[in-house]
Amino acid sequence: MSTAVKLEAKSVAAPVEMMTVNVNGRSVSVPKLMPDHNGKPVPTTMLQACQVAGVEVPHYCYHPKLPIAGNCRMCLVEFGLPMMGADRKPILNEDGSPKIAKQVLPYDPSQPRGAIACATPISPGMEIYADSIATQQMREGVLESLLINHPLDCPICDQAGECKLQEYSVEHGQATSRFVEEKVHKPKRVDLGPRIVLDDERCILCSRCVRFTRDIVGDDALGFVNRGSYNTLTHFPGKPFDNNYTLNTVDLCPVGALTSKDFRFQMRVWFLKETKSVCTSCATGCNILMGSREGKIHRYEPRQNDAVNSCWMCDEGRLNYKWIGREDRLKTVMIRRGNAPQVVGKWPIALAEISARLNAAIPGSVAIIGSSRQTTEELWLLAKIAKKLGAKTDTKVREGEADKLLVNADRNPNSTGARLTGFLTEKAGNNIRAIVEGLKVGSIKTLLVFGEDITTLGISSALLDTVDCLIVSEILPNATTAKANYLLPGCAHAEKRGTLINIKGRVQKFMKAVEQPGEARPEWEFLNELAANIAGHHRFVSIEGLFNAMAQDIQPLNGLTWSSLGDQGVTIAI
Amino acid sequence: MIVKRAELSFLERLYLPTLLGGLQVTAKHFFRKKVTMQYPEQKWTVPAGYRGAPYLVKDQVGRTKCVSCQLCEFVCPPKAIRITPPGSSNGLDSGVVEKSPLEFDIDMLRCIFCGFCQEVCPEEAIFLMKDYSLTGTSRSEMIYNKDKLLALGGVHQDKIQKWKRKAQEALHQGVTP
Ligand code: SF4
Ligand code: SF4
Ligand code: SF4
Ligand code: SF4
Ligand code: FES
Repeated sequence: MSTAVKLEAKSVAAPVEMMTVNVNGRSVSVPKLMPDHNGKPVPTTMLQACQVAGVEVPHYCYHPKLPIAGNCRMCLVEFGLPMMGADRKPILNEDGSPKIAKQVLPYDPSQPRGAIACATPISPGMEIYADSIATQQMREGVLESLLINHPLDCPICDQAGECKLQEYSVEHGQATSRFVEEKVHKPKRVDLGPRIVLDDERCILCSRCVRFTRDIVGDDALGFVNRGSYNTLTHFPGKPFDNNYTLNTVDLCPVGALTSKDFRFQMRVWFLKETKSVCTSCATGCNILMGSREGKIHRYEPRQNDAVNSCWMCDEGRLNYKWIGREDRLKTVMIRRGNAPQVVGKWPIALAEISARLNAAIPGSVAIIGSSRQTTEELWLLAKIAKKLGAKTDTKVREGEADKLLVNADRNPNSTGARLTGFLTEKAGNNIRAIVEGLKVGSIKTLLVFGEDITTLGISSALLDTVDCLIVSEILPNATTAKANYLLPGCAHAEKRGTLINIKGRVQKFMKAVEQPGEARPEWEFLNELAANIAGHHRFVSIEGLFNAMAQDIQPLNGLTWSSLGDQGVTIAI
Repeated sequence: MIVKRAELSFLERLYLPTLLGGLQVTAKHFFRKKVTMQYPEQKWTVPAGYRGAPYLVKDQVGRTKCVSCQLCEFVCPPKAIRITPPGSSNGLDSGVVEKSPLEFDIDMLRCIFCGFCQEVCPEEAIFLMKDYSLTGTSRSEMIYNKDKLLALGGVHQDKIQKWKRKAQEALHQGVTP
């Protein structure tokens, strides 16, 4: 939930106009303008200048991807400005440096006047004292005020461990509470919508959630009611907080006020191993972190990538992980000879027999139905096999409705990859009719299926019975796997590594989070073996080597290497 | 220099006085306060502050005090503790203490009686008690589950009762706790 938010210090206009300010006694040169949440250049703020200088200013309501609200006051800092004479010229010290006036309260000049760093633009010669005693006291004061009515639910609060209130209290707060009065109590366990539960007592009223849903999603669903310490976050009466992006507010919420019904009380966050991955629910390919513990995935969270998904992801993609740990996952190789039932087999035997059969097949008698959910490497190897066998190929088309923010109409994560690798020679879905015909008249005798239930593509179970040799690689059992002569258990993307190419040509790699069940193997591993046996392909021992070879082979990927993809991927011309 | 070995006297050669001297020591010990105990029939009473086996406790109104925060699971050096959190099945009608463990296992073969779990617990729900000799006939028998730990732990007289206080405060203000 507390995804570290990085700030890109690049301005839109070139050349960048710079300004020099002083942070903690050190001069730093910062761009005069920096992008706001929309990417529009606006005057740089003190907080951004501090970030450029590498100085952390604690903040709650500020978020680089949201409009600035300036309501939490956590970012207060003491600052000074160059003194101006009556002639509007700077007053100089004896050594010729400009004289700086620390800003003080107009009605009590003995007291420093802080300014909120998140919303105060810098000016030339400004001095920011981000760790002065006065600044520290302001932070202490703000935290004390935030904690006055805070329930201190940490032992039962899902945010504990990644809570900014905990972190700042430790770093900047006081050791004990001076508050002896009764705390104000607010509603707990408020059912905001189908995926969100709100605990109003924990809310620190930063309005991040309100701004996100209003300004980023365009669903003005949340707001504050009542005043003072009774100020309470709520949704509009009768209107549940329900859009496809609600769970992002759980990430945004700096405390444990907004919690995800799905992740609620599942696991403490400090046990979760975070694995960099990519969402596979649509062609946008949002960058994600998978949180897993001991082989069980507990949650997905968006990972910032300004070229793809900013800091967000949709709820549908986020919750699409439960199938990975399903009990009925395919775990063993199954072999069926003739009309006998499937029996448990071994990998080497299955692969050797498949290789022999495919090598003996007459050109044109093989068809391959792949999936645009497969990785680019797998599709490339399949394309090599298809080319050697003169096989007809196709994939399943998955279309849905697109929205304005992230969700793409193409619900396959790697349609671009299927095209670029040469696996799809025509538009997806165009060849399927010919394949069905071929199966009916018997010109296609061997059918390879990867990751799709082809009975949903107009190939009936009865027709599958007539196929000489049906080779299926799948993750979960379905009507197609039941008919397979060779059933090869594969891996979910969380269980292997690989790359996906999104709709805009962003090549992104994903990492392995959990172990695969039973004898399941990553598809690229056994496709690699089949490609070597059938197409005389080089045997790769690592995904890195495989990707690098593929990048040399596919023109738009030329020059890329596995390591050059980095964590955020590379956009290619498609 | 040559040391001349002294001749033994008649009494010394007689041997009996030394024997009687030894018997006298034995006889004295017969009437002294005993320093050993008949273990295992007789059990040692451990001193206050002794760190025996960790057990879970209930409070005086019978609520399992553990809220499944999993801090003890995290801090336990030999990873003897294994907690299954309640999961999202915990409804919105759970009352003020929203969480409690679905399952709570301590592997007593692993536990090193360090007391970290007791020290870290924010709810005063786990205590190292007086039991020091735990036996079983299998490894699985030595993994104590929630029910066993609670039965062994008994009741803790909670002076603070923070959740009860919170609930009362909220009710007083007209808010459902
Ligand atoms: S919001 Fe933070 S400080 Fe408040 S109860 Fe939750 S973890 Fe504790
Ligand atoms: S619920 Fe969270 S994000 Fe929303 S205003 Fe409260 S603290 Fe901020
Ligand atoms: S006493 Fe130490 S070793 Fe034993 S359960 Fe507690 S923390 Fe673990
Ligand atoms: S630290 Fe205490 S409250 Fe938390 S899980 Fe352990 S026994 Fe339960
Ligand atoms: S971060 Fe500046 S006021 Fe909240």
